Amino acid sequence: MSQPTLAPRDQGAPDYTKYLHPLMAKNYGKWDYHERLRPGVLVHVAENGDKLYTVRAGSPRTMSADTVRKVCAIADKYCEGHLRFTTRSNIEFLVGNKANLEPLIHAVEKDLGWPLGGTGPSVSNISHTQGWLHCNLPGSDAAGSVKALMDDLIHDFKTEELPNRVHISSSCCQINCASHGDIAIIVQHHHAPRINHKQMQICELPKVVAICPAAAIRPAVINGMETVEVVEEKCMYCGACHGQCPSMEIRDAETDTLSIWVGGKMSNARSAPTFMKLAVWGIPNNPPRWPEVSAAVKTILKAYKEGGRPWERLGEWIERIGWQRFFEKTGFPFTRYHIDDSPEALSTLNRSAMLRL
Amino acid sequence: MSVKEMALNTTMLNELESGEWPSFVTDLKEYSKKKPVVVQLLNQLEDSYQTRWNYWIGKILNAPGYGGGIIARVSEKADVYPDLANFHTVRVIEPPGWVYSTDALRNLADIAEKNGAGILQFHGMSGDVLLLGFNDAGSLQCAEDLMSNGWDIGGSGAAMRTLQCCVGQARCEMACYDTMKMTKHITDTFIHYLHRPEFVYKFKFKLSGCPNDCANAIVRSDMPIIGTWRGAMQVDQAKVAEFIDQKGMEYLIDNVLTRCPTRCLSVRGKELVVDNSDCVRCMHCINVMHKALKPGKDKGATILVGGHRTLKIGDTMSSVLLPFIKLETEEDMNNFTDFVEKVWEFWNDNGMDHERVGEFIYRIGMLTFLKGIEVEPDPQMVVRPRTTSYIKFEELGPSRFEGEREQNPPVWNREPESRESM
Repeated sequence: MSQPTLAPRDQGAPDYTKYLHPLMAKNYGKWDYHERLRPGVLVHVAENGDKLYTVRAGSPRTMSADTVRKVCAIADKYCEGHLRFTTRSNIEFLVGNKANLEPLIHAVEKDLGWPLGGTGPSVSNISHTQGWLHCNLPGSDAAGSVKALMDDLIHDFKTEELPNRVHISSSCCQINCASHGDIAIIVQHHHAPRINHKQMQICELPKVVAICPAAAIRPAVINGMETVEVVEEKCMYCGACHGQCPSMEIRDAETDTLSIWVGGKMSNARSAPTFMKLAVWGIPNNPPRWPEVSAAVKTILKAYKEGGRPWERLGEWIERIGWQRFFEKTGFPFTRYHIDDSPEALSTLNRSAMLRL
Repeated sequence: MSVKEMALNTTMLNELESGEWPSFVTDLKEYSKKKPVVVQLLNQLEDSYQTRWNYWIGKILNAPGYGGGIIARVSEKADVYPDLANFHTVRVIEPPGWVYSTDALRNLADIAEKNGAGILQFHGMSGDVLLLGFNDAGSLQCAEDLMSNGWDIGGSGAAMRTLQCCVGQARCEMACYDTMKMTKHITDTFIHYLHRPEFVYKFKFKLSGCPNDCANAIVRSDMPIIGTWRGAMQVDQAKVAEFIDQKGMEYLIDNVLTRCPTRCLSVRGKELVVDNSDCVRCMHCINVMHKALKPGKDKGATILVGGHRTLKIGDTMSSVLLPFIKLETEEDMNNFTDFVEKVWEFWNDNGMDHERVGEFIYRIGMLTFLKGIEVEPDPQMVVRPRTTSYIKFEELGPSRFEGEREQNPPVWNREPESRESM
C-alpha cells in the first residue's frame, strides 16, 4: 500500500492578518479609547475617529459544526464576516456599520439564543475544563456544571452591578486546568489512591514514584508483581500519580467533593496578582445541576455586591474587610482546614497584632 | 438494535436544557440526528452523570512526524458505545488573539464534521481550538486536512505548548507591544519544540499587552510576556478636566487617587500630577480614566518566569526575570527567542523529569537559576532582599589549594561524575 500524501508540516500559527476585521487591520496599534454602550456592547474608537463595535455574548464553548455555521451566517450578515473569542470563552461579534448593531443583537439573542453581557463589572463566562465529556482524569463534569451555574448567575452576566469584574473558573480535578479566579470551583479527593496492582505494569514505575510531591510512593513487589505502594500518612490526595498512571485510582464517586476558593486575581491593577484562597469545602458533587455550588457562589456574590467598593475585586474587598468578616458575612464556617499547612504556610499566618476586635 | 438506531437516553442531561444560558446538550442532541455517534457520546455522558464516574482513558496517537496535538481517548464502555472505542481530540493552533473570518471557522467546522463527530470547542484552556470525536484514521485524516488548509496542530506533552495572547493592538488602546505578531513569531520560530516533546516537561508562553494581563499570563504560563512602558505615562490634562467635570472630584479622589498602590497621583485644581518615578504600571488609573491617561511612549515588555498551577509543589506565581525589553523590531524579537533558548537549555539540562521551570527554580533557587542563564540580578526581581543569613558567598570563601577538587561544583558547571578513586 502506498503511503498517503502528507500535507505540509510545521506551518506554525495561522496568519492572523487575514482574519482581522477590516477596521482592526486599518487601525492596528492606533486605537484611542473605548466605551461600554450597554452591558455586552463596546465601541472602540481609533485615533482617526473610526468606530468598531463589539457585541459580546456568552458562548457554550462546546458547539456542533452546525452551530458554528449559524454563528458564521450571523457574522456574514452583520459583521463583515469577522468575529473573535475571549480568554473566558465569550464570543465577540465585530461590527463596523452602526446600523447593523441592533439587528445583530436581535439575531444573537433571539436566533442564536446567546445572552449579551460579560463586560465591565459583571460575572464573565466561566473558564472551564473538559470534564466527563472528554477528559481522562475528571472527578466531575465541567461543561454541564458551568451551564447550570451560569443559568443561576445570568443576571450578573447581563448587568454591570458588581463592584468590579468577577472571573469564575470551574475545574473537574485538583490539577485545576481552569486556574485561579475571583471564584474557583475544584474537585477534592479524600483518600490515597487505590492501586490496581494487576494493571500497574502498563506504567513506567520509576516515573510514578518520582512524580509524588510527598515522596509517599515507593516500589514494592506484591504477589510477585512489580508494583508500588503508597505510604498513606504522607499522601496528600493530590492525584499527581493518577495523571501519570491510570492504575493509581484517586477518584471516588462516593467520597469526592467540591470546594470553592476565592480571591484569585491575574491583573496587576491596584494590587499585585494573587492566588485563590479556600472559602468552602465539602460541597457534594451533585449532577446534573449542582445546586449547592450555585447557592454558595450566590452567597459570595451577594456579600461582595453589598460590601465591595467600586473597582475592588473580590479578593481586594476581602483583604480590606478582613477574612473574619468575610466568614461572618457569608455565614460559611471558618474551620481548622482553612489554616494552611503547605510549605508556604507560615507566610499565610497573621504575624502581627493587627486585629479587628 | 443496531448502534445506528441507538436512542438518546439523557434523563439527567435533559435538566441542562432549561435556563437562559446556551445549552450544549440541546445543541448536541439536535446535531445527533445528523451524527449518530453523538448519541453515544451523550449517552455515555449521561452514564457519568448517573454514576458520577468517568469512562475515558488515555492512549497515544500521533500524526506522522509529530509527537503531540492529538489527545487520544478510548472509552471503557466501548462494548455499549462501539463508536467511542476511539474518540479523540485534535488540538489546532488558534489564530493569535482568537480572531477569525467566517471562512476560517466554516473550514474548521467542515473538517471536524467530515472526519469525526463534528464537535468544536472555542477554546481549550491551552488556547487551542479543540475538535472532538475522531477515531484513529479520522484523527490522522483530520490532521492532514487541517494542514492542507493552512492550519497546524497544537502541542501536548512535555513540549512547548500552543501560545495564547490578548487582542492587543488589533483592538485595544492599552497594548504596549504587538501581542499577536509576537505570538506568531514565537510559535513559528519554535514550531519544532511545539510538535516534538523533548523537554523535561511542558513549557507555556502567554502574552498580554499590558499589566491588566487579559491573557492570564502571570499564573498560567511558564514565561509570561506582559506589556509595559518606561518613563512618564501620557496625560491629556484637558480630558482630565473633562473627567472631573463629568464624574466629580470625589470620584477622582475615591476611585483614582487613593486607589493608586504607590500614591503617586495628586490633583491641583483640575490638573492631575503624576510622580512617574513611583508609578509601578499597575494600570488602575488608566483603566478608570482611559480617555485622559495612556501608557507612556517608550513601550516594551516585562518577561517573567515560573508560573504554574498547584501540581506538584503548590502554586507558583511567575516573577520578574527581565524587567524591560523592547519588542518592536525583528532584531528585538530574535533577541528574545535567543534568550528563551538559553533558559530552555539550562532548565532541560538540569531539570528533573516532570519538573516545570517554576518548580525547578523553587528547587535550585533563583540565584542559581540566574547564574545558569547568565542574567544579572536586579532589585526589580524581588519584593525585598533576603532575610536569611546563611549564604555561600563565592567571593569570600577561602582560596583552594592548587589542584584541590571543588567540593560542591555549581550546578551550571557540573561535570559527569567519574568513578575514579580519590
